Amino acid sequence: MTRRRMNLYAGALGVGSLIVFFALMELLIQIGVLNRFVVPPPSEVLLSFERVIVEEDIAHRFLMTASECLTAGVMLTVFGILGGVLMHRFRLLQQACETWVAALASAPVVLMYPLFLVIFGRSAWTIIMIGFTAALPPVILKTLEGLSDTRKVLINVGKSFNLTPTQSFWKILLPAALPTIFVGVRLGLIFALINIVGVEFLINYGGLGQLINELAERYDLPGTYAAICFVILVSVLFFMALERIERWLRPAH
Amino acid sequence: MPVSSPSPRATPSPAPATQTILDVDNLHVEFQTPDGPVVAVENVSLTVRKGEFLSIIGPSGCGKSTVFNVVGGLLTEHGGRVSIEGETIVGPHPSIGMVFQEESTFPWRCVIDNVAFPLEIAGVAKAQRMERARHFIDLVGLRGFERRFPGELSGGMRQRVSLARTLASEPKILLMDEPFAALDEQTRLLLGDKVLQIQQELHQTTLLITHNITEAVQMSDRILVMSYRPGKTKRIVEIDLPRPRTSEIVGSEAFGRYVAQIWADLREEASRGMQDDETSRVSHKASS
Repeated sequence: MTRRRMNLYAGALGVGSLIVFFALMELLIQIGVLNRFVVPPPSEVLLSFERVIVEEDIAHRFLMTASECLTAGVMLTVFGILGGVLMHRFRLLQQACETWVAALASAPVVLMYPLFLVIFGRSAWTIIMIGFTAALPPVILKTLEGLSDTRKVLINVGKSFNLTPTQSFWKILLPAALPTIFVGVRLGLIFALINIVGVEFLINYGGLGQLINELAERYDLPGTYAAICFVILVSVLFFMALERIERWLRPAH
Repeated sequence: MPVSSPSPRATPSPAPATQTILDVDNLHVEFQTPDGPVVAVENVSLTVRKGEFLSIIGPSGCGKSTVFNVVGGLLTEHGGRVSIEGETIVGPHPSIGMVFQEESTFPWRCVIDNVAFPLEIAGVAKAQRMERARHFIDLVGLRGFERRFPGELSGGMRQRVSLARTLASEPKILLMDEPFAALDEQTRLLLGDKVLQIQQELHQTTLLITHNITEAVQMSDRILVMSYRPGKTKRIVEIDLPRPRTSEIVGSEAFGRYVAQIWADLREEASRGMQDDETSRVSHKASS
């Protein structure tokens, strides 16, 4: 079987299983096994899309959440990779900070939103900074891991060709660490999106998170699920973009 | 201490040029371990003549790879002196091109970009470096694979890419550390042919580190046999087999005699190594 055909089958299987899942949910709700006041039927969610798009200014909210996510994503990529590189370069810094960074990765940063509100006010920057702070540790740690795990023989190849430390970093260490760094950036983006939507929900400041809050308070369950679908769309778009960037930077996996 | 050859029937090889290019004088390497200092290499001296193919053979743990690292300039803390054309080696030297035992191609670069790597570092213009890279790709028999990535190639092909990359830097000495160790016997023999063909075509001075007797006899002008720890020169054997050689020579009577002679030297050393290994395992088990 060719790779192209294999990809086609895999895609069809993925979409097919999703359709089967929604059909099963629809059936279970219609025959009363699942309570429609807890889980709305997929058909109602589908019908509510038009209402959510027309009445709830979804395009503006979508762009707001996406731009917050993009800003946090760019910041965490730049500062996260820089942090990982510095920790790899300076062993003392690594020994001093690695445990704290790892601890921050599991800390519920979102609960510190009042502090961020005091510092940045009720603005998009509060949301961005919470997303950035919560998502920074995985990028730092994965960058450090990628650089540290570079095979010694590749570094020795560089030495044998008399590479300077700067050449060795740009030509060998960084490309070798890139797949692991991208794992960190992907994880970071997940953390950032969760926190951004969560804080939008909590501080009721624009974006898809606020919309989910409003629709839930109106007990518009199909609309709430439709809004959640748009959050998933943001995530999908970012992952697709990231995959393209990774392929462009490192064509072979 | 050259030994007399076991009178092969084949035509003797032409006498190698006598100009010494690499000189290792009284090399002594000691490592600190939790159990105290360990002498890895003790007073090893050797010379490699221009255009010569010299192999260093010895049992596991005899310090062959340590010699490789010292000559390649990757290990600088040692006693004695290593020099190339009179210049003492204090780090990686541009006259030495290294081929490593482990897979060392860059997986993110296609074949041609891997081979052009040293030229890129040297600042050679793109068109010129691509042309030169193609020449070395042809030389190792990988024409048509220029745009493939290492992940799409077999182990033997990847080692050929490494070899082409090192040759592209046009080193005066090609230094190889068991480059075929991870390959199957048939691929190893065929790659040996390829290396011989290239060595003869380029008159490339080569120092091969190996534990494979067949490989050493197939390719070398001289073989330095090392003793088990501490690694010392046990014997230097002149291989008086005709050139150009191919893997077909493996079946000859003279070849068999050389292999038997070197194995006789190595057997005792390899047994010592095995006993040492077993003893250390037993004592390690007892202490834990």
